[in-house]
Amino acid sequence: MHRSTFYGVLAATALTAGAAGAATVDDVKERGKLNCGVSTGLTGFSAPNASGDWEGFDVAVCRAVAAAVLGDPNAVEFVPTTGKTRFTSLSSGEIDMLARNTTWTFSRDNDLKFEFAGVNYYDGQGFMVPTGLGVTSAKDLDGATVCVQTGTTTELNLADFFRKNNISYEPVPIETNAEALQQYTAGACDAYTTDASGLAANRATLENPSEHVILPEIISKEPLGPLVRHGDNEWGDIVRWTLNALIAAEEYGVTSANVADMASAPGDSPEINRMLGTEGNLGEMIGLDADWAANAIAAGGNYGELFAKNIGEDTPIGLSRGLNAQWTEGGLLYSPPFR
Amino acid sequence: MSDTHAQSVAYVRDTFIAEQAPPTREAGAVKWLRENLFSSIPYTILTLLALFVIWQLLSGFLPWLFGGVWTADSIRGCREVLDGARGGCFAVLTERWNQLLFGFSYPSSQYWRPTLALVLLFVAVAPVLFPDLPRKLLIVTLLYPFTAYWLIWGGTILVPLVALLGVVVGYVAFTYAERRGFAIGLLAAVAAAAVVWWMGGLAAENGQFLLRLTPVQSRDMGGFMLNMILGTVCVSLSLPFGILLALGRQSKLPIIKILCVAFIEFVRGVPLITLLFVANVVLAYFLPPGTNFDLILRVIIMITMFASAYIAEVIRGGLAALPRGQYEAADSLGLDYAQAMRLIILPQALKISIPGIVNVAVGLFKDTTLVSIISMFDVVGMIRGPILASTDWNGVYWELYGFAALLFFVTCYGISQYSQWLERKLATDNR
Amino acid sequence: MTSVPDSQSDGSGGFRPSMLLNDTRYRGLTFQFVALVLIIFLVGWLGMNLVSNLAAAGLNISYDFLDEPAGYDINQALIDYSSRSTHLRAALVGVINTLLVAVLGCITATIIGVTAGVLRLSKNWLVARLMSVYVEAFRNVPVLIWILAIGTVVTVSGANPREFLTRGGAVEPNSELILGAFALTNRGFYAPSVLLGPGWIAVLAALVGGIVGALLWRRHVRQTLFKHGKLLPGWPAWAILVLPALVVQLVLTPVSLSMPDVASNNFNIQGGTLIGKPLIALWLALSVYTGAFIAENVRAGILSVSRGQTEAAAALGLRPRRIMNLVVLPQALRVIIPPLISQYLNLTKNSSLAIAVGYADITATLGGITLNQTGRAIESVLLLMLFYLVISLSISAVMNVYNASVALKER
Repeated sequence: MHRSTFYGVLAATALTAGAAGAATVDDVKERGKLNCGVSTGLTGFSAPNASGDWEGFDVAVCRAVAAAVLGDPNAVEFVPTTGKTRFTSLSSGEIDMLARNTTWTFSRDNDLKFEFAGVNYYDGQGFMVPTGLGVTSAKDLDGATVCVQTGTTTELNLADFFRKNNISYEPVPIETNAEALQQYTAGACDAYTTDASGLAANRATLENPSEHVILPEIISKEPLGPLVRHGDNEWGDIVRWTLNALIAAEEYGVTSANVADMASAPGDSPEINRMLGTEGNLGEMIGLDADWAANAIAAGGNYGELFAKNIGEDTPIGLSRGLNAQWTEGGLLYSPPFR
Repeated sequence: MSDTHAQSVAYVRDTFIAEQAPPTREAGAVKWLRENLFSSIPYTILTLLALFVIWQLLSGFLPWLFGGVWTADSIRGCREVLDGARGGCFAVLTERWNQLLFGFSYPSSQYWRPTLALVLLFVAVAPVLFPDLPRKLLIVTLLYPFTAYWLIWGGTILVPLVALLGVVVGYVAFTYAERRGFAIGLLAAVAAAAVVWWMGGLAAENGQFLLRLTPVQSRDMGGFMLNMILGTVCVSLSLPFGILLALGRQSKLPIIKILCVAFIEFVRGVPLITLLFVANVVLAYFLPPGTNFDLILRVIIMITMFASAYIAEVIRGGLAALPRGQYEAADSLGLDYAQAMRLIILPQALKISIPGIVNVAVGLFKDTTLVSIISMFDVVGMIRGPILASTDWNGVYWELYGFAALLFFVTCYGISQYSQWLERKLATDNR
Repeated sequence: MTSVPDSQSDGSGGFRPSMLLNDTRYRGLTFQFVALVLIIFLVGWLGMNLVSNLAAAGLNISYDFLDEPAGYDINQALIDYSSRSTHLRAALVGVINTLLVAVLGCITATIIGVTAGVLRLSKNWLVARLMSVYVEAFRNVPVLIWILAIGTVVTVSGANPREFLTRGGAVEPNSELILGAFALTNRGFYAPSVLLGPGWIAVLAALVGGIVGALLWRRHVRQTLFKHGKLLPGWPAWAILVLPALVVQLVLTPVSLSMPDVASNNFNIQGGTLIGKPLIALWLALSVYTGAFIAENVRAGILSVSRGQTEAAAALGLRPRRIMNLVVLPQALRVIIPPLISQYLNLTKNSSLAIAVGYADITATLGGITLNQTGRAIESVLLLMLFYLVISLSISAVMNVYNASVALKER
């Protein structure tokens, strides 16, 4: 309403209109940019690198969605969020989607009114302890001091685990991962607990990784995935099927190297043809261009490539696929069919 | 004469004794030491204690500082170079220098713009701070906000130009309409400025490419630059609001007074961090659906509110310290409220309040580090976020925090020294 | 103002709309009316936005979450608390923790501040310079950086509690508890806890009696001094204070100490009282930070007492200590106390940064974990602000009463 009075001073900083609720996809297209909420810094999942570009597994999902909708994997505005601000940012419309290693839980789905578009990483909470403690099981941690990062489901799982096993502990809540690690290395806590993926990443950064061991117990289920607001099913579908396209692409052997080739003309596999838009009209059904999935895959590669590039065994984080392997290889990744 | 005298009063000397050096314990360094350090037993104990503390501090600090590593690509590199010796890993500062100062997403080819804006800031504030400088320099000060906006955010020069034009037209309209009363003048000024901004807004949209600098989004601001931006913008914005609030609190109109008191006491009663939480997680719910201020603007609004309340209290002190005669003299001249305030009261009250205002400004500038808690990447946010989270530098603390502390110390100490200089100057003026 | 005869309204007696803006009698009303309308409009507009935003997102404002189990543990709680307790109780723990660190911090900050302020005026050049460095270093660097830095110092400087452990006699510990009772570790300070057995009320009663007795003795000393000019010794006051309670304790032994236990656990010292590292770090950081500001207030207060006062007191033959106690301090205090109280207020507000060192104050529980877990941002932040507002307003009220009493004495 005060647009004219505000104009001179605030023009470039203020009032980027983005209607919450209705037709997010139209807003994104009109804006030409996808606003994607990510974490303020978790190596391997989302963190700006030395030259300031966002990198990581969650970041790759944002880029894939941007590529599917806008055709440009770089048309993303990354909005760093903390554990506290992420849900408000999403429900107030500041961001279009949240890809911030967020656990899919009942109350977040139903009470906070969010829609999880799927799971991009199956995680679970574990413990890291110094080898010198001689601890082999989390149940031996009776009386221990445990560092835990606040603002996640981690501290709830921790309380539940110790309560269930009827042993005591002393929690030390820490705001950032880096500070938790500092406390842990200084011996201010006996154990550090967070998602197992994070533990592996952290262990890799320690001075002597071999002096620390990750305990075998995984005390929780942490399906991490991108989420959107309730009430905009078209947008939810776009994010969900972009993620599915990445997973299916790995299953069918479509990679960033051969996707351009395969998308140029129909091939032998009808499923791949439908997904890449050389056959049928799946793109039209979802309200995007026919080559939406091809763009998403070309952005950074299929699921397997993204995994290997950001958090896989050849990276400092060095995670194995484990639960996150394709269903054909004993994992949980199972994309519904493209037909 | 001297002869007779010498004979009659034989015991009076007729020559001066040659000047002798004072006893060693009453001269030079020894005297100074004796008087200032070892004048009594308790003082001696205190001195020895102080020497011990200094020795402790320096023996830890100096080897760390001088044994430091300045070039390495990660903390592991530092550890290799140091090989167990004592020393800081200052390589993190050289490698992440730009990130610490400008944040991680300000385009690196454009770093000269905020730097130039900083240099211009010194030029712009100089005439305000030092009354001896030629008054014509104040024009630079008036132009500065528009220049700085254009430099830091980029885009076409038309936007700040139109804003400036609006201000100028508003001022002209005010001077013409003021004879019909202050309120009418103000109304005319606002209306005239609004018309100019509205028309200029249309023009700016069409002239996107006139003298265009690469536009930079506010969320790309970071590092110490963000602290400087927040500090300068919020302090300058909060001055006029603070004056209005102070006047409102002193006002005889009960409703206005109650509103101002409630606002000031509310804002001063809660920690800044809760106001930042409001900016971050609550404010979005109170704005019309669809509008979306970006975070930096919401934070500027909240910090400005915060600073206004504190500055209002300082100015209220200044208003209260003025002798009543000043108010009565203004009344007896037949000046109305606006004239009395503008011409008589405020110039004096503001002058008394300057040291207090500077203190608030320093406190506020330090408090801008709190934005790191709400996911903004100021210098502390950069350290706690991207830098310490990276596998390369996880584990380097003292070097980073020390650097941030040094940046703030230099700035704040400079400002507070200025404030003390000004206080001394004002104190002598009054004698 | 009302006594001025007004020619405009005299003759016509009428009221013209332009008078609303031009007549000083009505202009105030106009302004207030406009301001009120604007405020009501603004508040209404914000409220409407809130309602429509919440409706669009399918959310509501509800405080029911306060009754639900919090589900998380808190490391330092002065009242009973477990992860099954409600969010409300978690908030209460936070409130108590905030008040705890605020009170402790105010006390130590005052001690540090007064010491540093006095020493900064000392004639000892080295000490005065050292204090200047301390004051400037802490005043000119943000409190957040100091809290983070001091948190790190406390973390890396203490010994690991494992150094003290015997693990049921299996290993020889590297360090012994001081006096078998105290240990400073990087997880906090271990001390014996006090167990109150049956009859502890008798000890308490004896102690109270001792305090009353001691006060009576001091009054007696003062009266004999004024009446007979004879100065009785002061030490019996201490004897009267301590002896009764000591006797009761020795006879009945109702109060006992529980020593920290180094044998039963593999990770931590058990039993006793643990003052946790987060509390120590925050307490220390807030104390030294605020102490620097208080030092400046104290210095200004002492300098505000004119030299003539000191000289006059000396001329009367008062000894230096008495000059300080009877002449300088009472006058300096009037200048020191108002800014001192606002420093206390600042310290309390700065304690909201507790989470930076992992201390569970109200901002960390209600405004942190509870907010994160329930997503109830508006409700939590409102409650949080309300709490701080209540504290600040009560302290301001106390200060106003004090200022009023000082102002009376001034005449």
